[in-house]
Amino acid sequence: MDHTLPQPYSAPPEGHVSHSRLERVLRSGRFAITAELNPPDSADPADVYEAARPLGEVADAINATDASGANCHMSSIGISALLTRAGYSPVYQISCRDRNRIAIQGDVLGAAAMGVSNVLCLTGDGVGVGDQPGAKPVFDFDSLSLLRTIKTMRDERRFLSGRTIKNPPQLFLGAAENPCIPPYDWRPERLAKKVEAGAEYIQTNYIYDVPLFEKFMARVRDLGLDKKVYILAGVGPLASARAARWMRSNVPGIHVPDAVIDRMEKAEKPGQEGKKICIELIQQMREISGVSGVHVMAYRKEHEVSEIIRESGILASRKR
Amino acid sequence: MYRIRLFAIRHSRSFEWIYKRLESAMIALDPVLAKIGYDRVERPVAFVEKCVKTVLFDCKMCGQCVLSSTGMSCPMNCPKQLRNGPCGGVRPGGFCEVKPEMKCVWALAWDGASRMKGGAQIHTVLPPVERNLEGSSSWLRVSREKAAHLREAREKRRTAIADAFPGARANEPSAAPLAEEPAQAVKGSK
Ligand code: SF4
Repeated sequence: MDHTLPQPYSAPPEGHVSHSRLERVLRSGRFAITAELNPPDSADPADVYEAARPLGEVADAINATDASGANCHMSSIGISALLTRAGYSPVYQISCRDRNRIAIQGDVLGAAAMGVSNVLCLTGDGVGVGDQPGAKPVFDFDSLSLLRTIKTMRDERRFLSGRTIKNPPQLFLGAAENPCIPPYDWRPERLAKKVEAGAEYIQTNYIYDVPLFEKFMARVRDLGLDKKVYILAGVGPLASARAARWMRSNVPGIHVPDAVIDRMEKAEKPGQEGKKICIELIQQMREISGVSGVHVMAYRKEHEVSEIIRESGILASRKR
Repeated sequence: MYRIRLFAIRHSRSFEWIYKRLESAMIALDPVLAKIGYDRVERPVAFVEKCVKTVLFDCKMCGQCVLSSTGMSCPMNCPKQLRNGPCGGVRPGGFCEVKPEMKCVWALAWDGASRMKGGAQIHTVLPPVERNLEGSSSWLRVSREKAAHLREAREKRRTAIADAFPGARANEPSAAPLAEEPAQAVKGSK
């Protein structure tokens, strides 16, 4: 059972920093599954629950994105609060693009009070790629100073201002990493820095280039980071060769190798092929030493995500 | 100035050396500066600093210079003003997500750091910039901070930042300042 609201404030289980199910699964050595929920352009809670239902059945935690791609949707904190009410375990994503340190520290307390027990600290895409490019980019924190700040709030019981927090937010701290884009050599070092800042788990961006990711993981193991942080590899289905090409040139930080696009091009049913590639990716990730789980994303296709997870066989193999 | 900035990063090791010398000079000057009054020298020194660093590094006068921790690549030139490394949007070839015609400031930074003696400082987690120090002299702050390194902190708030980012303070005290600030250096103070 999950720790959901309304629940009185209480200490996390022994050896844990939070009441998060994701944290429990990871610490117990099981292969974790997280999935991304795409926020509706609506104020109706039913729209959130409809998207959450297929994911809740297969995932240990559901990520509520925070205006990803700098496009405006229902807020991550709103979705997270709705999810905890229904017994789901959300990952509250915080992007540094839209809010300053005063807003973010307050929201962290609010989210924790609403029963949120996972956060994901992100830099955020530039406002220029979104639907409102004239917006003022904030970037008061970056993802690392944000991690360290929440860690300070949790462990030292104080704001960055030094003021005391009576009951600290019990949050499992996450960050993102993008292993498949430059500067390649520095990505593992940057991961080390995120761990140093306070990251306890990592969800990566989409990975389509397995050899490149394996190289990254080899270095991660050399640095001993796989022992210090849980890494969830990001995967997702491609819709078609055209969509893949479009993503590659229009969405920041996505690298799709030509070989994968070729395979999509040659497929009779590109949709099926995209799914198949994704399932294969999940199975490959499972075999890579140091990978503790997968993070499955597909824009507004929550049912497909659920099918992919079921068909990959990871649920059966981890005997829940 | 982009070209000169790239030049400075390519020669990060020499600039690191020059900066270390400058820093020692500033620390040695602390008693003199304190006697004249930091408040009085703030404006003229900030002016000179701005002229020099704008040419060399495209400096934005954040007031909390951390060039020695960022491969001599000024992080304020990153459109997201990140202080701790590249974002997840760097383009193929190491170009910036937001300004595709510019090399990613942080790809350059790691590159610059790899040539520096104290390059490992880039691994230290830096705190967010204190925006109210913008426009003030970082050189003077270095001299005050290093001199005040062992002095007791006076303000609780800033102590919390320094405590939360201890590595940053050890490497570059002005990234998490504790010394008393002259009124001229802080925006909005009288
Ligand atoms: S690509 Fe580099 S310079 Fe551009 S916003 Fe990201 S970190 Fe900053």
